[in-house]
Amino acid sequence: MELVEVKKLQVQLDAFAGKDVYLHLETTNGSYASHFNEGFFNAGAFIRNVVINYELGKVVGDSPHRVGLKLPHGWVYAQGITHYELDEQGRLLLAGHDGTGKLAVALEISETPFSY
Amino acid sequence: MTIQQERHVLVVFPHPDDEAFGVSGTITTHIQQGTPVTYACLTLGEMGRNLGNPQFATRESLPAVRKKELLASAEAMGLTDLRMMGLRDKTIEFEDDEKMVGMMTDLIEELNPSKIITFYPGFAVHPDHEATARAVVRAVRRMKDRPTLHGVAFANDTLDKLGKPNVVYNISEVREQKMNSMKAHISQTAWMLEEMEHKLQQGDTETENWLTQERFYNYRWDEDFEKSF
Repeated sequence: MELVEVKKLQVQLDAFAGKDVYLHLETTNGSYASHFNEGFFNAGAFIRNVVINYELGKVVGDSPHRVGLKLPHGWVYAQGITHYELDEQGRLLLAGHDGTGKLAVALEISETPFSY
Repeated sequence: MTIQQERHVLVVFPHPDDEAFGVSGTITTHIQQGTPVTYACLTLGEMGRNLGNPQFATRESLPAVRKKELLASAEAMGLTDLRMMGLRDKTIEFEDDEKMVGMMTDLIEELNPSKIITFYPGFAVHPDHEATARAVVRAVRRMKDRPTLHGVAFANDTLDKLGKPNVVYNISEVREQKMNSMKAHISQTAWMLEEMEHKLQQGDTETENWLTQERFYNYRWDEDFEKSF
């Protein structure tokens, strides 16, 4: 993956607009967060292979960036995005890696379903 | 404590690398003693936060990376019967509980193990570890002739509630294989191995013990985690 350059990523987001795309969205602190830091409130969410069709996608701000997708009847957004990649299968993978390089957030879109 | 000869050992954990930290020395020793060992690994750790240091995997490439690492870890231990059970990381507790028990029962009926190693329910920290432990305990509970059941426990309250582990194996002779098993999972272990090396250089005894001893709790059927299922 490479560091997000807003202009380049914006072109990629535009390319998926108006299409039915499969979504992967996750935020995580890892399952050990409250083991290593007792009292830590460990919250996160995960959704995979839900089809959306966004009319407008935007990447905003300095790194870590925010990315929002406007839907006909709602929204998808992620914050903390640092890296991106258009992979060999043409899927747009966005990720937020924390200071130690560990994944904290992922937002991915693809015209074909992600694996299980 | 000497590692006993067994008819067959079944190891059940949810993630590639779970075997490396706690039991790879024990697995290696059993194999060297000629005991057949089967490792059923329920997921490919698809949801790991660690993607290599420096990062070389993505959320989507991680499963294939971890599958290769798991195969390399098996090779480091000399393990030939590796079962990848096809579940998804972080979803095991949401699977149908009876289906999970059935998966364990099928493995047990096929392999007829005299000893099973998994996590200790209630003391396994990660939801997947707990769900795996529950499924194994439930499957074994239903058996007439129960095999030895060894649980790995590492929750912060383990010592308070379970006391000291009653099974402690010296695995110094296969220390190198244990290290190689951990190194095989480099996308996950890079951070930890670096820290470990640092601690070993400083003569940290806890880290040294970790490489030379493996600890288990015999499952306490008289303090079963639930009355029935």
